[in-house]
Order: sequence, then C-alpha cells, then structure tokens
Amino acid sequence: MPATQTTLVSPPLTARPLRCRNCGAEREAAAVAICEQCLGPLDPIRDPARPLPSRTAIAARAPSLWRYREWLPFDGDPVLSLDSGFTPLVESLALARRLGVARVWVKNDTVNHPSLSFKDRVVAAAINAAAAFGLDTIGCASTGNLANAVAAHAARAGLKAWIFIPDELEAAKIVGTSVFGPRLVRVRGTYDDVNRLCAQVADRFGWGIVNVNLRAYYGEGSKTLAYEIAEQLGWRLPAAVVAPMAGGSLVSKLRKGFGEFLDAGLVAGTAPRLYGAQASGCAPIVRLVERGGTQIEPEVPSTICRSLAIGNPADGGFAARAIRESGGWAAAVSDDELVGGMRVLAEDAGVFAETAGGVTLAAALALARAGRLRPDDEVVLCVTGHGLKTVEAVSGVLPQAPVIAPRLREVAALVEAP
Amino acid sequence: MSITVNLPSVLAAHTGGARTVEASGRTLGEAVADVAARFPALGSRLRDQDGNPYPFVVFYVNDEDMRFRGGFGAPVQDGDEVTVIPAIAGG
Repeated sequence: MPATQTTLVSPPLTARPLRCRNCGAEREAAAVAICEQCLGPLDPIRDPARPLPSRTAIAARAPSLWRYREWLPFDGDPVLSLDSGFTPLVESLALARRLGVARVWVKNDTVNHPSLSFKDRVVAAAINAAAAFGLDTIGCASTGNLANAVAAHAARAGLKAWIFIPDELEAAKIVGTSVFGPRLVRVRGTYDDVNRLCAQVADRFGWGIVNVNLRAYYGEGSKTLAYEIAEQLGWRLPAAVVAPMAGGSLVSKLRKGFGEFLDAGLVAGTAPRLYGAQASGCAPIVRLVERGGTQIEPEVPSTICRSLAIGNPADGGFAARAIRESGGWAAAVSDDELVGGMRVLAEDAGVFAETAGGVTLAAALALARAGRLRPDDEVVLCVTGHGLKTVEAVSGVLPQAPVIAPRLREVAALVEAP
Repeated sequence: MSITVNLPSVLAAHTGGARTVEASGRTLGEAVADVAARFPALGSRLRDQDGNPYPFVVFYVNDEDMRFRGGFGAPVQDGDEVTVIPAIAGG
C-alpha cells in the first residue's frame, strides 16, 4: 500500500481587514485608506489569538523583513519583494564618545534592498497588498526615496508604475527612479501639492498608490525597523531611538513595533524613548512637540533636505503623541548642521547617508547637548537613505583631492606636507 | 454661478452618488455649512460637532491649502472650486 503523502500548502495571500484609528469603524480589506464614516486613517486588524513565533523560530528564518510576517498585515505567504529589510545594525564607539552616551548603533537602512532606503520596507508591504487585491498598476507621491523604491519593486514584479514627484528633486533621485522604466511625472510645486494630486489620482484611476489608498498596509512595513533593532541587539531594547521625520509615520510605527514585541514577550523592559529629527526649514512636527497640543500647523518647506520636506505631515499629530508618550523629544537642525552631520556619520561610523541621515545625526548631537540623552543611554540612530542619492549636499564642502603625476616623489611630497 | 465642492469617492454615498456638489457662502465655513444643511450625513464627516474641521481632512480652494488662509474663515466667492482631501502618508 503506498504511503499517503501530506503536502503542506500555504493559503493564498490575502490582506487583513481594516479599522479606523479615529472612530473604530471596521471594514473588509480593500485598497482604501480612509474611513467612510469619518475620513480617519485605517489600520489593519490582526487576530490577537494568532500563533506567534518564538525568538528561535524567528532567528531561523531568512534574513528579510518577512521573518516578522506574523506582525505584518497579511494572511498566507508574501509573494513579492521577499528580500528587503534586515539591514545591518552598526555600533560606533566614536559616535558614543561624541554624544557622551554609553553605546551608539546606526541602523543602516542606506543598504536596504533594492533601492537603498527604508522605503524598501513600506513598499515590500504595499506591493503585496497590491498583489492581494489583483492590482496591475502601483504608484506614489514621493520626495525621492519612495519613488526609487516603487519603481524598483514594480519593475521586478512586472507591474506598471506611475510615480509623481516635485519637479525640483536631486538628479540621483530622478535617475534612480526613471532607470527602472516607470511612468515618472514631475509636478510643478512642493511635495504637498504632489500628494494632493495623488489623492485625486488614486480616487480617479483605481491604481494602488502606495502612500494613498494602500497606505494602511504600506505603513505597517515601517514597524520592521523596530523588530530588527530589538533582535539585532540580542532581543532587548535600546534606551533611546532617534529617527528622521517627514510625514511622521516612521516614529509612530516604531512605537507600535517596539510595543508589539513587548506584548509578545520577545523583549522585556521599557519601550525606548523616541526622538524625532527634522530640518529647521521644515519642522512642523518638532514645533508641535515643543509647543504641545494635537494640531499640526502646516509650513512651506525651505531646506536642502528634500526627503524630509513635507510641510503638511499627515501623521504629524500621531508622531508628536508617540514621542511625548515615550518620554522622548524632538530637535530641528539647520542646513549647515545637517551637512556637518553627514560628514560626522561618514567619518565616525563609516556610513554615507543622504541629507536625512545628516539631520538625524545633527539632531542627536543637539539633543545630547541639551541633556536629553543621558550618559548611561544606549542609543540607536535610524539612518534611512544612502548618501549617493544626495551628493550635491556635501560635494562642495569636501576637500579637493590633489592631482599628481604617477611619480613616487609626488606622493612623498604629499606624505611629508604638514 | 456658485461654489463647486469636489468630494472623495468614499463620501459620494452621502450625496446620492455625486462626487461634486454646488454650494453657496461668503466663507469656506459657510459653504461647508450650506452643503451640510442639504446633506446632513455628509456634514458630520466634513466638520466636527463644534463646526470645526477635523485634523485629518484638508480643504483646498482653487488648489490652495486653506489652513494657510484662515481655515473655515477664509473668504470664498462664486466660481471657486473647493476640494476635500483626506490626509495622506509621507514619501
């Protein structure tokens, strides 16, 4: 008698249902990010009784953000973008000395796959939502990094992409998008103008605009940064985390991610104090943290840090609340300080970050000077995009390399020069 | 002539399927109040119990964010186009 063979087949990928963060109304899964009852933002609902993996089970999985799939907004196995995330956590003794704290690590999302920023995390989540809903076109409104990520992930998946960016972006962000062959559209105006247009585009054409109608699923990808920090520190939490803020989603998702690992018993102790960083030419969330209250006052951005230049941050109120509830704070830095921050991060930690990374480092220095970071703190800096995307910011302030003839005595002259 | 109000499609259920409705008023707040009087179920989704805008709903008049122009107190006139946009994630 032949032995019966049992084949384990994963259920097909489906997206989780949604619940309004404002009024609590629930609805079935859909490419909709707005509550029909109150226009509030929707979040995916996970079944609290679902089985959760142990530390050992997680550690045995492939090194990508999907090793935490029980906390991502799907049932069944993901089908696209399976190798994003699980970026290095790099310790820097020099940065610890400079900040006057016990230890410092850089969470290095400048080497995220495939597009060298933390947006690979959110797009990995959003593109699986698009697959679950059977959408053949995705898109985004972007300050650059998201454009790179959507274009790259869509190209690999064979999906069409429509990408909308402000007309004045860094050259590398434009080239790093168009090389993947999407429909790239430059819109006269600021990111906030582009965003408004994309809300109408999503409504009109039925595409999966990742940060508009797929936003509920997209945002959950950010939480994986928190899970990775906890696992890479040896299943424990740092005292403080400093992160850049644009729309404000990352900070609130870090809070959610650390909270979920505490709830699951995978880590113990206290959730980290969260510190938000912005450029002073566009700092509506920092100003909300400083003055208190719940209402963002929108700004017209004026900074070289274009990836954080969102004057009307949709999640700004949630970010300010997450920061205050965690016991953290926020800081804004000038364009000169952020360029200095890029150089310090490169020279101290060996990490070449884009302007937003310079903002994060410079804000950490400002927070340390103000006594917000303490001598016994273990601090993680979230560095979210690669420096080759914004070389214009530093190229003018770096020393010029000497040009010599291929003769040993010319090298000797350089070595002997004071 | 009157003021045109463009709604997101999730709100069209409250206007009998229309994504564009006409309104009158001298300020944005009056125009919204006019729409709310004719479509009560829509009204509670455009403003809170005190008649103020919600933090996650943005009103534009002719493409300009009205929070820069005094919010519901901003003047409007016949021919203006009001667009209601729920807040969106960053990029």
